[in-house]
Amino acid sequence: MRNLHRLITAMAAVTLVAGLAACGSGGGDKGAGGKVKLVIGTFGEFGYDDLYKEYMAANPNIEITARVTKAEDHHKNIAAHLATGQGSADIEALEEGWIGQFKSNPDKFNNLLDLGANEIKSQWPEWKWKLSVARNGAQIGLGTDVGGLAMCYRSDLFAKAGLPTNRDEVSKLWPTWDAYIATGKKYAAAKVPDSAFFDGPTVMYRAVLGQSDIGLYDTNDNVVVETNPAVRGAFNKTIEALNAGLSAKIEAWSPDWNAGFQKGRFATIACPSWMMAYIQEQAKDASGKWDIAKIPGGTGNWGGSYLTIPKQSKHPKEAFALAKWLTSPDQQAKVFRKAGNFPSTSTLYSSPVITDFVNPYFSNAPVGKIFSESVATMKAQYLGPKAGDINTAIQNGLTRVEQGKQGPDDAWKQAVEEVKKIV
Amino acid sequence: MRNALHRFDVKASPYFYISPFFILFGLLGLFPLLYTGWVSLHDWDLLEDTHPFIGLENYAELVKDSRFWNALVNTVSIWVLSTVPQLILALLLAHVLNSRLRGETFWRTGLLLPNITSVVAVAIIFGQLFSRDYGIVNWLLGLFGAGHIDWDAGTATSHVAISVMVIWRWTGYNALIYLAAMQAVPDSLHEAATIDGASSLQRLLRITIPSIRPTIIFTVIISTIGGLQILAEPLLFGGGSFTGGNDRQFQTLALFLYENGFSLFKFGYASATAWLMFLLIAIVGAINFSIIRLIRRA
Repeated sequence: MRNLHRLITAMAAVTLVAGLAACGSGGGDKGAGGKVKLVIGTFGEFGYDDLYKEYMAANPNIEITARVTKAEDHHKNIAAHLATGQGSADIEALEEGWIGQFKSNPDKFNNLLDLGANEIKSQWPEWKWKLSVARNGAQIGLGTDVGGLAMCYRSDLFAKAGLPTNRDEVSKLWPTWDAYIATGKKYAAAKVPDSAFFDGPTVMYRAVLGQSDIGLYDTNDNVVVETNPAVRGAFNKTIEALNAGLSAKIEAWSPDWNAGFQKGRFATIACPSWMMAYIQEQAKDASGKWDIAKIPGGTGNWGGSYLTIPKQSKHPKEAFALAKWLTSPDQQAKVFRKAGNFPSTSTLYSSPVITDFVNPYFSNAPVGKIFSESVATMKAQYLGPKAGDINTAIQNGLTRVEQGKQGPDDAWKQAVEEVKKIV
Repeated sequence: MRNALHRFDVKASPYFYISPFFILFGLLGLFPLLYTGWVSLHDWDLLEDTHPFIGLENYAELVKDSRFWNALVNTVSIWVLSTVPQLILALLLAHVLNSRLRGETFWRTGLLLPNITSVVAVAIIFGQLFSRDYGIVNWLLGLFGAGHIDWDAGTATSHVAISVMVIWRWTGYNALIYLAAMQAVPDSLHEAATIDGASSLQRLLRITIPSIRPTIIFTVIISTIGGLQILAEPLLFGGGSFTGGNDRQFQTLALFLYENGFSLFKFGYASATAWLMFLLIAIVGAINFSIIRLIRRA
């Protein structure tokens, strides 16, 4: 009996600790001296610190408090704060991967069209604007940054395989994904030791799917994975590349993947603008070996965020004024120079800030031009609530094929089954 | 009157003294537990405003869900693979430390180091050790002529890798508990056995283990509870993926709960999972308990 008693005590202690850790904090209110206190919640590196100071200096009645969390925690906290009806900030940043889930409950957010967002609509490319529009037509967010897609490639490995190394010629090698696979076959035929053509299926599948008009959902939030040929098409195109033996079979974000950048285990990888910093970090000695060409199909985006104003905010007008200012082209240019977050406002794409921007690590590639071109022509694909989890299910299927666990048809069937359970 | 007050004081005071614990436990332990039960009877999406009552439908769906049974099998497999070696190793370690050694405190503190290391750091390091192309484990196996193993791709291999992580973290902790119990075993018993020519192993098996049996049972129960709730290791081993591998090959029950609750926002379904987990742990605990009573009687 004594043991049982101790057991219960231990269990209770564990529950206590877990319970205490779950306590949260409150949102913004009127501060000292009648100032309007605005709380803004972001994650990772938004590069806003100097901008807050500048804004407060220009608007003495506003006091800004910044709340920065890790991306995963940030979005979970927002969900909890929205569900319990308290605790959210006046402005909450939302990442693209989560926007579908949150905008399926537009009543929790201010419709920014009511606050005057229509006047600045033309700042953004159409797809960026539409991505944060809910099914009922409410606009819940203003775009901050984007992650245009390009193709990063190792020019040293291309030279070994007898392929062109100049980035303009490389871009011409793959106007389409079919041409990309054909180039891969040439690369594989050259048998460069310990090196495959691309890293793994995840990014390729996402890039191909992103180039179609309709993705995983129709605009009524119905899942169309089975009926939309574009989804199976993206799956099949990726399988084709896997079956041609072009993959290094390395999972994205794994330690092997990180080492692969350095050791040249793969010669190409579809990379969004923010991945440049990641590659530089992983492969410090490989400067000048990596270069950047256009993405097959010409357009693509992966990532980017929005500033939203939850209904809980007591100062939606002031919050909107701040969000509008933070996402204006001038401020986005400052953020880009400071933190490298690629701007979402298309007016900047013709300004020297972007057009003159080259990256010395990537053999002085004109990355500003390359990434802005891929973003400007992006299709306005509708993102539904569970898009992230559905993509995971399909990517898991691709990886099962890559690892030889299943044939393509079985993998697809299992993925479709999983999708049904997710929705 | 004074007499009555005095009697009240004597009878009631102890309950007041212990009440803070039970009030806190009620608020932060019991209430969430019961509320989770209530939530599990609803179709409860975290962000929706209405949560229709659906009775036991979540449970009915859950027992038909192959993902749930898959997670259960994985959990039990990882639990066995981690608990058994962990407790045996802990016993041996404690036995070694119980004999005279130079720098006792150093070794004993060392035992606890893995346990106070953040689980995130442990998972990241082990993720690298067990990586396919450049991992140390595969490199070592390669020295003996074994091929490269893709640890997280296979069911058995991923379970082994995760179990190693758990073993590394908890062996020292259990060894310290055993050590404390072993020091209470009278020296005279060991001395007498030594004089009679018993070896170290014989003393461990014949004297130490029978004497510390209650402690061993305690650690078995505690690591059972811990093992059935394992979450951080498989989550981080899979690089933060909720599905526990591309075929759910190392998704544990807790991870399945986490996926439903915090990725899909299906709180009703996740709560039903939590309750089934609770029942499962209670059943295993009861089995443990009756086995112990059988052993005691024997």
